[in-house]
Amino acid sequence: MMSIGRREFLRIAGTCAVLGLPGIPTPPASAQPSTRFVAASGVRQAKQWAMVVDLDKLTEADRIICVETCHRVHNVPQIDNPRHEIRWIWAESFKRVFQEQTNEFIPSNLLKRAVLVFCNHCGNPPCTRVCPTQATWRREDGIVMMDWHRCIGCRYCMVACPYGSRSFNWQDPRPFIGMANQDFSTRTKGVVEKCTFCAERLDQGLRPACVESCPSGALVFGDLQDEHSEVRQLLASRFSIRRRPGLGTQPEVYYLI
Amino acid sequence: MIVYDKEKIIPGIIIFLLLATLPFWYTFVGGQPSVVPEPQISGPATQCVEPKTYMRNSHTDLLNTWRNEVVRKGNRVYIASDGKEYRISLSNTCMDCHSNKTEFCDACHNYLQIVPDCWNCHIQPEESK
Repeated sequence: MMSIGRREFLRIAGTCAVLGLPGIPTPPASAQPSTRFVAASGVRQAKQWAMVVDLDKLTEADRIICVETCHRVHNVPQIDNPRHEIRWIWAESFKRVFQEQTNEFIPSNLLKRAVLVFCNHCGNPPCTRVCPTQATWRREDGIVMMDWHRCIGCRYCMVACPYGSRSFNWQDPRPFIGMANQDFSTRTKGVVEKCTFCAERLDQGLRPACVESCPSGALVFGDLQDEHSEVRQLLASRFSIRRRPGLGTQPEVYYLI
Repeated sequence: MIVYDKEKIIPGIIIFLLLATLPFWYTFVGGQPSVVPEPQISGPATQCVEPKTYMRNSHTDLLNTWRNEVVRKGNRVYIASDGKEYRISLSNTCMDCHSNKTEFCDACHNYLQIVPDCWNCHIQPEESK
């Protein structure tokens, strides 16, 4: 007959733990081959991407075509329920977009005008600061990017964004996508999405889909740090406003009025 | 240490352990597992981006690196160890050759009961029957 006291048991257990009963040795991972990653040739690069929206040129057709093209290219689901709706770019009335413009007697064509809105790709984005998983961050070229692999759907970024630029997938978006673009992914339930300034198209040397498809040319995209760029020329020659500049978010979407 | 019914309990434990580890003994003695997954490749190329053994062991690492390079750094071209360049794309580059997900990916993943969620977002190419 043998009995083990508590102390004896702990001593034996501790010794075993220290000596370490080795587990099954894992096979060594095969050596990482010497490989490299490079950007595709012809990639569009900038120090600070920015968009200029010319409200004088913007037409009803633009508003329909730009939105339609963007949403088709990026497999954005078409959900009619406004509570579940997903939007990357959409039209909103001037008064709602520029709430701080409180002057009463402004030109009536401005008041009636619908304005195209999308992510402002802020220079000081509040959304990226609150993301707990770094699923959204500001790239060096100014694009506020999203990594949908990392998004856990906490929606802090949606609360932080003062422009309502982000949408949440409350349900599986797949049934609401018509003809899917095979070159772009969809999203899944529980993920936030928004405009990415067409980062994937810039990498292929293309312009953003909305800019390219806009019939009147009211959308102009370019490098804000390049003084010869079209956006700089426009900003230097016309008066422009930004959405809620007082918040200090430094939006990089400028509206010419 | 007092163990009542020692003569029943200890053989019982041994029999239980033998039964629970039977699949391992079966393979050990027989030399061949009864079921072996056999992934089928239906694509045009005969060579993957990296050697077969590396792909077999570390395709998960490769895909993770590909994803991070593309999404977070914007590097969309992979220069393989043999110097060939590939456009990084799961739905296109990978699936150009491994176009039959059910016969390729699922063959092993089902065997090992692994459920990767790639295709919740990435669009699975249509399979030719």
